[in-house]
Amino acid sequence: MSKNILEVKDLKVSFNTYAGEVQAVRGVSFHLEKGEVLAIVGESGCGKSVTAQTIMRLIPSPPSVIKGGSVMFDGKVDITKTSKKEMEKIRGSEMGMIFQDPMTSLNPTMTIGKQITEGLIKHQGLSRNAAHERAVEMLRLVGLSNPEGRVNQYPHEFSGGMRQRVMIAIALACSPKLLIADEPTTALDVTIQAQIIELMKDLSEKTEASIIVITHDLGVVAEMAQRVIVMYAGKVVEQGTVDELFYDPKHPYTWGLLRSVPRLDQDTDSELVPIPGTPPDLFSPPKGCAFAARCPYAMGVCLEIDPDQTPLTDTHSAACWLLHPDAPPVERPVEVGRVAQ
Amino acid sequence: MSEQPILEVRNLQKHFQVGSGKTLKAVDNLNFAINRGETFGLVGESGCGKSTAGRTIIRLYEATSGEVLFNGENVHQLKGKKLHDFRRQMQMVFQDPYASLNPRMTVGNIIAEGVDIHGMYSGAERKERVIDLLRAVGLNDEHANRFPHEFSGGQRQRIGIARALAIEPQFIIADEPISALDVSVQAQVVNLFKKLQKERGLTYLFIAHDLAMVKHISDRIGVMYLGKLVEVTTSEALYAKPLHPYTQSLLSAIPIPDPEIERTRERIILQGEIPSPLDPPSGCPFRTRCPHAMSVCAEVMPEFKEVEPNHYTACHLY
Repeated sequence: MSKNILEVKDLKVSFNTYAGEVQAVRGVSFHLEKGEVLAIVGESGCGKSVTAQTIMRLIPSPPSVIKGGSVMFDGKVDITKTSKKEMEKIRGSEMGMIFQDPMTSLNPTMTIGKQITEGLIKHQGLSRNAAHERAVEMLRLVGLSNPEGRVNQYPHEFSGGMRQRVMIAIALACSPKLLIADEPTTALDVTIQAQIIELMKDLSEKTEASIIVITHDLGVVAEMAQRVIVMYAGKVVEQGTVDELFYDPKHPYTWGLLRSVPRLDQDTDSELVPIPGTPPDLFSPPKGCAFAARCPYAMGVCLEIDPDQTPLTDTHSAACWLLHPDAPPVERPVEVGRVAQ
Repeated sequence: MSEQPILEVRNLQKHFQVGSGKTLKAVDNLNFAINRGETFGLVGESGCGKSTAGRTIIRLYEATSGEVLFNGENVHQLKGKKLHDFRRQMQMVFQDPYASLNPRMTVGNIIAEGVDIHGMYSGAERKERVIDLLRAVGLNDEHANRFPHEFSGGQRQRIGIARALAIEPQFIIADEPISALDVSVQAQVVNLFKKLQKERGLTYLFIAHDLAMVKHISDRIGVMYLGKLVEVTTSEALYAKPLHPYTQSLLSAIPIPDPEIERTRERIILQGEIPSPLDPPSGCPFRTRCPHAMSVCAEVMPEFKEVEPNHYTACHLY
C-alpha cells in the first residue's frame, strides 16, 4: 500500500532522571522510502541516536518514556505500541542495526560465527549447519578474507574495521528491510571509513534494504545519502534531498553546520565560522525556537513561539520564522550553497 | 629561510619493548624541522606514531635515539635548571578534555599550576594572570573558582589551552585537541588557536587525524605511516600535488561535503588494513597496500628526500 518503509509522526521521547525530565526527542516527523538512504545529522545530544533507538525500541523503559507520536513500520505495525515479544520478532529479522563502536558492541565471549547464526536460527528457523553456511557466506559478502576460518574466531582477533564488517554481516544476515547505522564509521580511520562506506552502498543496492545513517560528518552524508534530516535540540529543523540541503539550505542552523567544517578542496585562508554558544538544556527547553539563542538572525517572535515546518518543495522543508512571508529578507552567507566550480 | 628553525627533529626513534623480546618501533627515524611562528601539522591514522612523536619531542618519553633540537639545544640531554627552563618554553594541549584536567582542582589552580611551579607570579598578580588567560580563551572571570566537571567539552579544551599558555611558552604541541569535540565547537577551538598564534607569535605542532582540519590550520604538513614520515610539504602542495601513494589515498578517502563532487569523483580505495607495527613489512612499510608497489619496494626502504623544492617524500617512484 505505501512506498514508505517507515513513517515517524510527531515522536516524543523523554527520560525520567533524578534531576527531572529530559525531553530528548520533542516531536520528530519523517518518513523513509523503500530502498532509500536517509541521513540524520546533528550535534551530540540533539536526539538523533534516541530517535533511531526508539525506532528499534532499544532504549529501556524506564527511564525512557515514549510521550507521544507513532512509528509506522512497513505500513502495518506501530512500533510504539508493540509488545516486547512482537518487537523481538521484528528486531533482527526485519530491522538491523550497526552501532558506532565496533570494539564494544560485539560479545567478546562468543565466536563471530555464533553471533551471526544466533539471529538466523531464531528468526529464520535455519538448522545449525545451514546457519553456519550462511554466516560464512555473509562474511564473504562483507569482504573478509578466509571466511571459513574467520567464522570460528573471537572478536578480539579482529581489527576495528574488520569488526565493523562483522557488525554489518550480523545486521544484514536475516535480510532486514531496514538498516539503521548509528555513526558507523566514526570510530574508524579514514581509509577504513572509505572501505566501509563503499561496502554499505554496495550492499544496500544488492539487498534493497532501506538505510538510516546517523552521523555528524557532512562528508559522509554527501557521499551516502539521498535525503537528509537536520536535527537540533530534539527537533527536525530542516529536511530535504542532499542537493537541497547542501546547495539551497534554508535554516540558519544548517548554514552554521555547513560553515563550521573545513573543506579539503577549498582555500585555507577562508575563516571557519563557528556557531557561537552551546545547545540548550533539554531539562527545560526554551519556549520559542531552540536555536534562537545561538542564531544571528533571531527576531522577537523566535524567542516566543516555536516555528512550524514550512514546506518549500515536495521534499524540502524547514522550521524557521525567516521563511514566514512577513519576515524580513535575510541574505544567506555567501560561502554556503553552491560553490563556483 | 636562513633563520634557524625553532625545532629540529633528527633521526628520532622511540621504540617500546613489549615483552617476549619484541620491539615496537612506534617512531622510526623521523626528520623534520619547524620554523618559528608556523604551524606544522602531523597527520596519520591511528597507531602511526604521531602522538608518540609529539610526546617524545616534549620529552614525556625518553627517545631511543636521535635528537630533538629546540632553539639549537638537544632536549634529551637537558638536565636540572636547563630542563626546567625548557619545560617553560614548550607546552602541550591534550586530546581528551575530560581526562586531562584534575577534577579536584579549581580551574584557577589548574591554569596557574605552571605559574606556581616556575615561581612566576604570586598573590594579586597571579590572580590577574589567571583572569587574563580565561578572557584570552573566551571564558569568564568567575570560571576561575569552578571545577572542571561544571564545563562542557569545548570549554574544558579552552581551559587546557589556557593552562598551556599560562607560562608564556614559545611552542605548543596540540595532540588531537579537537577530535573529542562537536563540529560546531571544533571551529570555535580552531579559531582560538589561530587567534592566539597571531597575538602571541606561537609555534604549533598540531597532531590530528582529520586531514581537512589539519590542512585548514597548518602551514606545512607531515604525513606519517607506521612510525615513519612518508611526506612533508606545505599544506597547499600536499593537497594540490600529493606525491606519496599513501598521501594520495588518504586525501581521496576523505569525503567532501558536496554531493555533486561526491557523485562524480573517482576515489582510491585502499585494500586491507595497516599492518601490525610489531611486524612491519620489509622495505617500504606501505608496500602491502600500495597500488604502485614494485619489487624494489619489498627490499629497500626508500630514502626520505627532497623531490621538489620544499617537498620531501620517501617513495621509490621518485
